[in-house]
Amino acid sequence: MEVVAAKKNGKSKTKKAKFDKNTYLTWYHEMLRIRKFEEAALLAYSKQKIRGFCHVYIGQEAITAGMESAIRKEDAIVTAYRQHGVALARGCSSEACMAELFGKATGVVKGKGGSMHFFSKEHRYFGGNGIVGAQIPIGTGIAFAEMYRGTDNLCVTMFGDGAARQGALYESFNMAMTWKVPVIYVVENNGYAMGTSVERTSNVRDLYTIGEAFDMPSEPVDGMDPEVVHEAFSRAAEHVRSGKGPYFLELKTYRYKGHSVSDPGKYRTKEELQSYKDRDPINIIETKILDQKLASQSEIDEIKAKVKAEMAQAVEFAEASPLPDASELFTDNYVQQDYPYIKY
Amino acid sequence: MSRVITLREALGEAMSEEMRRDENVLLMGEEVAEYNGAYKVSKGMLDEFGAKRVIDTPIAELGFAGIGVGAAMNGLRPIVEFMTWNFAVLAFDQIVNNAAKTLSQSAGDFKCPIVFRGPSGSAGQLAQQHSQTFESWLANCPGLKVISCIDPYDAKGLLKSAIRDDDPVCVMESEILYGLKGEVPEEEYLVPIGKAAVRREGTDVTIVSYNKMIEVAKDAAVELQKEGISAEVIDLRTIRPLDIETIVTSVKKTNRLVVVDESWPFAGVSSEVAYTIQRFAFDYLDAPVIRVNAQDTNLPYAKPLVDAWLPDVSKVVKAVKEVAYVGA
Repeated sequence: MEVVAAKKNGKSKTKKAKFDKNTYLTWYHEMLRIRKFEEAALLAYSKQKIRGFCHVYIGQEAITAGMESAIRKEDAIVTAYRQHGVALARGCSSEACMAELFGKATGVVKGKGGSMHFFSKEHRYFGGNGIVGAQIPIGTGIAFAEMYRGTDNLCVTMFGDGAARQGALYESFNMAMTWKVPVIYVVENNGYAMGTSVERTSNVRDLYTIGEAFDMPSEPVDGMDPEVVHEAFSRAAEHVRSGKGPYFLELKTYRYKGHSVSDPGKYRTKEELQSYKDRDPINIIETKILDQKLASQSEIDEIKAKVKAEMAQAVEFAEASPLPDASELFTDNYVQQDYPYIKY
Repeated sequence: MSRVITLREALGEAMSEEMRRDENVLLMGEEVAEYNGAYKVSKGMLDEFGAKRVIDTPIAELGFAGIGVGAAMNGLRPIVEFMTWNFAVLAFDQIVNNAAKTLSQSAGDFKCPIVFRGPSGSAGQLAQQHSQTFESWLANCPGLKVISCIDPYDAKGLLKSAIRDDDPVCVMESEILYGLKGEVPEEEYLVPIGKAAVRREGTDVTIVSYNKMIEVAKDAAVELQKEGISAEVIDLRTIRPLDIETIVTSVKKTNRLVVVDESWPFAGVSSEVAYTIQRFAFDYLDAPVIRVNAQDTNLPYAKPLVDAWLPDVSKVVKAVKEVAYVGA
């Protein structure tokens, strides 16, 4: 990526821009899309338009922004159930994603998955997985298939700090290193596995050090800054694509909301939450864009208006869409079209 | 041209033929490559296909089952061998929560064409943890197909069908019957999933069974014939989907049913067969259905305890006489 130096005016509060205008504006746009999508989802949930589980990505947007700009569309991604933002960043439309949350037939998976399970083969998005840590071996297998076919694609395998304690991680890390599987493992460490802090679940608090037990290159990354995230993913992707095997990134991040809509998050302090909001990635990038004169206030306002309109349209689309027909129960359980279901 | 080969050879041939046919098929599991298989089912496959396609894994059932699922979602057709299904319990999360549900969760976007295979059931004095059957556990789960068959001809044809199937298939074999011999043609053939086989025709009673208990059922039929009772023996071959038609047709003829099933009695294959028959052949039944299962206990080590636990010929003969109202 071309590095364009911003003009020095001597009054900058922000560091010099390392990337071009377009990159910053894309990050800003993508992060804002996710933030506004999630806010719209929470509002719809409060009106009971969305039911069941709903885990929002607010606070963690810098990760998908910096990741997507550093990897290729041909690369695969698999993640856990806090996944609306990951799917949006992959290219799934806000209309299809919102309709999915509404349980509509026009949803990204026809109303069959809900908040935890978006999938899109077209976007190489292997889904949101609802079993903590189960996607770690799956992502390893997705990457294994790329290696088997001899492509230079990789699979980004994302999971939360809670999943880092699962045995599936140990087994996957071991096989991926032994076989040099092209996978980037990403732990989004937002500090809490539901209500249980990282400190309370292990003596090992720097999660990236888990990779060192397998001689896997591993590093901690500030997950609140898309620039830093992008650079880390670029390093990881280069390493993985060169055939040297997996790479492990610990993205230190924070979720502003509770674990799910039903969680008020009383296990943490207001001060802690505020300290992360002070480093809000959307605000930081907006300030940087303006401060470094990468774009004007009117360009920023234009993006804000565009995102607002997109999310209004997504909600309208979801509202207007039809519910799935009950006959859909008997589709997509088997590829075999004439499977003899027991119906008595 | 037909020749006599063992079950293990038949299963090995099925995998090798499919790997020659489709380069996306691969085999992974513990000891499958350099050791030539814990039970020698994959003997010679490493030499023919190389380490890229015949892969020794560490002892990490959850991990390599999940790697298989991910690889299947991304276009490959993995065969995952479990040294026994008892160890696959560690991998049930990947089988039940992912392989079985990926197609549904993704609304048809991601299929999962994978075969999980290995021996199921008791195999002598192996004690509690190495003696379980898992057909009913897995057959309970929509999204999966379950095959359980020890006839070398059928097992080969079914495994080939399973490898070509676009849905995840669990294949149950038998540790103590890998050496069972049968006629298998040189020419290629497939056996369809979801069809039972009538192993012996009879008129007085239907005995339904599968996996190694089919041998017990067949032996019992020979004993019963000596006493003038003509037993029809049906080998389910596939547990899910269950071939209801073949069982119902037989019971409509014989009016009596005994189910011989090595699994535990509670909510098992035998209960499903019994339910199905009362639903579709109630008016044809001349006696209540009786099942012969393993005892509703753990299986200890000592010989008399094993003998008392397992279904055997005398237990089956007794059950048949009971449904036939023949005095003991």
